Amino acid sequence: MTALAATTPEAVGTAPAIEVDELHKYFGALEVLKGIDFVVDFREVVCVIGPSGSGKSTLLRCVNKLEEPTSGRIVIEGEDITDPDCDVDAVRRKIGMVFQSFNLFPHLDVMRNLTIAQRRVLRRSKAAAEETAVAMLDRVGLRDKVREYPARLSGGQQQRVAIARALCMHPDMMLFDEATSALDPELIGEVLAVMRSLAEEGMTMMVVTHEMGFAQRVADRVVFMDGGVVVEEGPPAAVLGDPSHERTRRFLSQVAEREEV
Amino acid sequence: MVRWLLYAVTLLVIALVALSIDWDRLQRAYFQPDIFAEQFPEIITRAARNTIIFTGLSFSLALVLGLALALMRLSSIRPYRWFAVGYIELFRGIPALVTVIAVGFATPIALDVRVPGIYGAGSVALGIVYSAYMAETIRAGIEAVPKGQTEAARSLGMSHTRAMASIVLPQAFRIIIPPLTNEFIALVKDTSLLFVLGTTAQTIEITKFSRDEVNQTFNGTPLVAGAVVYLAITIPLGRLVGLLEARTRRAR
Repeated sequence: MTALAATTPEAVGTAPAIEVDELHKYFGALEVLKGIDFVVDFREVVCVIGPSGSGKSTLLRCVNKLEEPTSGRIVIEGEDITDPDCDVDAVRRKIGMVFQSFNLFPHLDVMRNLTIAQRRVLRRSKAAAEETAVAMLDRVGLRDKVREYPARLSGGQQQRVAIARALCMHPDMMLFDEATSALDPELIGEVLAVMRSLAEEGMTMMVVTHEMGFAQRVADRVVFMDGGVVVEEGPPAAVLGDPSHERTRRFLSQVAEREEV
Repeated sequence: MVRWLLYAVTLLVIALVALSIDWDRLQRAYFQPDIFAEQFPEIITRAARNTIIFTGLSFSLALVLGLALALMRLSSIRPYRWFAVGYIELFRGIPALVTVIAVGFATPIALDVRVPGIYGAGSVALGIVYSAYMAETIRAGIEAVPKGQTEAARSLGMSHTRAMASIVLPQAFRIIIPPLTNEFIALVKDTSLLFVLGTTAQTIEITKFSRDEVNQTFNGTPLVAGAVVYLAITIPLGRLVGLLEARTRRAR
């Protein structure tokens, strides 16, 4: 099996993988993030949960600067990406991202979806890029779909291809932005299984999710956000099993009620 | 009942029109087979050839300029946006003929700037006009590509330019092939404006060619021949648009 995480000894330095410092984000006059402090260590799996509108997706999107923070610092492997002199494109290569809406490139077949960034960004040879692509497709169980176009795949398959596409860049860490929220219920399992095996192999992961079961079983740490602040965080057993804040309790009971209906 | 009445009235009107027309005279004025035949092969080998040359050159120029303008229009740098908006409003707002005259006569006299050759001046003039239309079409195409596509490309470490070139533009152009083909058809017809540049025997296009022949033969038939040649170019292109639209509909 191909090594997934390029979490090489030099990457695992003294600095944490992700460090967020006093992060504020406004959309116009609306303050979406109200001073977030947040750390993800290497090989750690952190699940971010919370009601919609709590700012969890925005936080995740700030981490690779798809959203421009209004103030505060974001440090990736010791490098401050909020510094105007920082080469954001270079930092993004270390961070794989998986989106709710998959965002595969519809004009390219699966193979070219997986090789285009390897070739254009990492300047890998065609042969090397395709070798990596096939290995990663194998990893997500879709080796036979190399020549398909995204539109011909199911949602679950598309999302697994999207995960493989991110892995092809040999990222040090992966961000998942509600990766299963757009999927039909019967397709969620196959995607979660891939994410879980990634976690078990030691990938550093920050996962925004509504899947409480996944958070419970896979996360090293769960972070509960509400109203643009981190309300509480800790091991899944503590945050999900015995929350210390009223807001967390209310959210979890709402989720539980929804699952009972 | 009402339907039959409508048919009857329509038939009556057609009969009246048919009776009131002097068919012999019309045929002599516009449809004389020998004059029609005389137009060939010159109308193809010289006139249509030049129409196609003017169209091809203008379209290429308009495509390049239009893409640059579309990117400027979407740029985060404000003066670029202002320039693009000003350019587009100006050349979409004034008649194409005015731009043709400006490039062909006014700027050479006023500024001593001369585009060499009729091919040059004509193509530059129409290229300038059509780039304004195409800029808007291309911009709409770029905006029709979902934002998630750019985000996915950027998250893989692509620069803004790389994401635009490899991910957004290929999808945008696929979306705008039908409207772009419509603009191509309009451009074929607008090459007829270039007669004002004083096209010579070598650079004459279909409309001027037909008009000269009308003057020589005192007959309308050459104009009909010209119209037939235009239709031979534009109808297949129109069909192509339909085909492409059907294909994109299936691909979505």
